[in-house]
Amino acid sequence: MSNAISLRGLEKTYANGHQALRGIDLDIKHGEIFALLGPNGAGKSTLIGAVCGLVKATGGSIHIDGHELPRQYREARAKVGLVPQEMVNEGFESVLSSVRFSRGLFGKPPAPKLLEQILRDLSLWNKRDDATMTLSGGMRRRVMIAKALAHEPQVLFLDEPTAGVDVELRRDMWAMVRRLRDRGVTIVLTTHYLEEAEEMADRVGVISDGRLLLVENKTDLMARLGRRQLRLQLQQPLTQLPADLAGFPVELVDQGRELVLDVARDNQGIADFLRRLAANDIDFKDLHTSESSLEDIFVELLRKPA
Amino acid sequence: MNFYSIHAIFRFEMARSVRTLMQSLAAPVLATALYFVVFGSAIGSRMAEIGSIPYGSFIVPGLTLLAVLTQSVSNAAFGIYMPRYSGAIYEILSAPLSPTEIVFGYVGAAVVKSMVLAAAILITARVFVPYEVAHPFWAFFILLLCAVSFSMLGFIVGLCVDGWDKLEVVPSLVITPLTFLGGSFYSLNMLPPTWQTISLFNPVVYLVDAFRWAFFDVTEFNPMVDVAFLLGFLLVCIVIVGQIFRTGYRLQH
Ligand SMILES: Nc1ncnc2c1ncn2[C@@H]1O[C@H](COP(=O)(O)OP(=O)(O)OP(=O)(O)O)[C@@H](O)[C@H]1O
Ligand SMILES: [Mg+2]
Repeated sequence: MSNAISLRGLEKTYANGHQALRGIDLDIKHGEIFALLGPNGAGKSTLIGAVCGLVKATGGSIHIDGHELPRQYREARAKVGLVPQEMVNEGFESVLSSVRFSRGLFGKPPAPKLLEQILRDLSLWNKRDDATMTLSGGMRRRVMIAKALAHEPQVLFLDEPTAGVDVELRRDMWAMVRRLRDRGVTIVLTTHYLEEAEEMADRVGVISDGRLLLVENKTDLMARLGRRQLRLQLQQPLTQLPADLAGFPVELVDQGRELVLDVARDNQGIADFLRRLAANDIDFKDLHTSESSLEDIFVELLRKPA
Repeated sequence: MNFYSIHAIFRFEMARSVRTLMQSLAAPVLATALYFVVFGSAIGSRMAEIGSIPYGSFIVPGLTLLAVLTQSVSNAAFGIYMPRYSGAIYEILSAPLSPTEIVFGYVGAAVVKSMVLAAAILITARVFVPYEVAHPFWAFFILLLCAVSFSMLGFIVGLCVDGWDKLEVVPSLVITPLTFLGGSFYSLNMLPPTWQTISLFNPVVYLVDAFRWAFFDVTEFNPMVDVAFLLGFLLVCIVIVGQIFRTGYRLQH
């Protein structure tokens, strides 16, 4: 079976000479949630734009569900829905007619029941007759999502869907994305909120300066790069590590007031470590474990010269 | 060709003009009515007949064309410029639309508006001055051809301009003067010879002449040549629009 999206050597040089994509190879599988992460200006929106027809690629190839762009644009585009990063003011159009327009535009026959369901799912049904310009920013974003869903896309692109959105709406959106995935919709989202990718994505791609630095399963990535630490606040500060602990991946920080054990690299076990501490009369008043977030991983990746 | 896509754009455009009915229909009709009051009834009664046609009636085809040409360009230009400006064009670009469907939607809506406007003006004119249409089929056909080709021109304008201010340049700085100087209010042979020659380079002269022929069966050129000229103009517009879509100029980044 072909991939939902398949990019080979995708390049984009803008008219002003700026190279925003420098040879992207990427396969996105059917039914997965793929998060594209990267700093401002990395090329996330450009990549999405190239797949969705807003940006004319200057090199490489794009296939959507096996259909090549731009040659088979009809088959390809019909499968894709897009919620762009920039909000669009549709002005005087009512919510319902705006969503109806979107469905028609994609060549689909009217489906009032389906549109009602979409609007209800996004808590927009009782606003259906309001002009979009009278809605709040968060509501308008919901309208844009409703418009993207109106033609029942198989692949949905969400370009920073939760930027400037309150916590409640963000949770709603996450729930909605999961429901869509359960129905088999492939989702590609970009975000600056790493907790979002961590929470939602099956796979993560990190892009920087037009290059994909890595593409990996989120859990593998966490396991490979994620660090788990055991931190102990000591009763008495130590001036140096007792020789007895030398075999452990342990560090003394905060002017000797804290011991940090790197759990992932420790192969002797926490229990053994704690017994050694007791044997050396080292008392601690508190302990906690921490896991590095995707954010830490991300910052680390970008710091390393690619 | 997907009917639903064309219909969606068409409906959206029509809804916009219904919302702005005052601007899109009432204003041009009123403006034309004022022309008839001033030139038709007040001054016209002092003017000699042109050929055997009373002056008030003589200006009906030209004034109708003036409104149709300017409004076709304005409407079609506005229709496609608006989503480019607001960003809503993303949806058009991301949809599985062929250029033909996009053009049918936007230009089709502009043409229908222009035809409705023409009907409203012709009815209004009938209130002020008497006239009959000698060749109703040709009158309709020429009017339609003008509406289609100038809406195509407007569509091109809307695709190419990069500011609201430039949107009105073509209708008000090009179409309006050309129509005024194109024999809407006078017969070319009322002009001094030099101006007659210069007028021959004004394309609108031929449109006015053809349309007036359909009304009064009098012509200064050959109406069939005029129609051929219009068809040629339409063809050029179609080629340009095709080229714009092929290159993505001003549409895609
Ligand atoms: N139309 C354009 N013309 C010229 N350069 C552009 C254009 N659009 C984007 N760029 C440049 O291309 C690069 C990538 O932009 P892009 O919008 O894809 O970044 P992004 O990863 O989406 O960033 P953000 O997180 O801020 O949304 C940037 O350096 C940007 O300045
Ligand atoms: Mg972006």
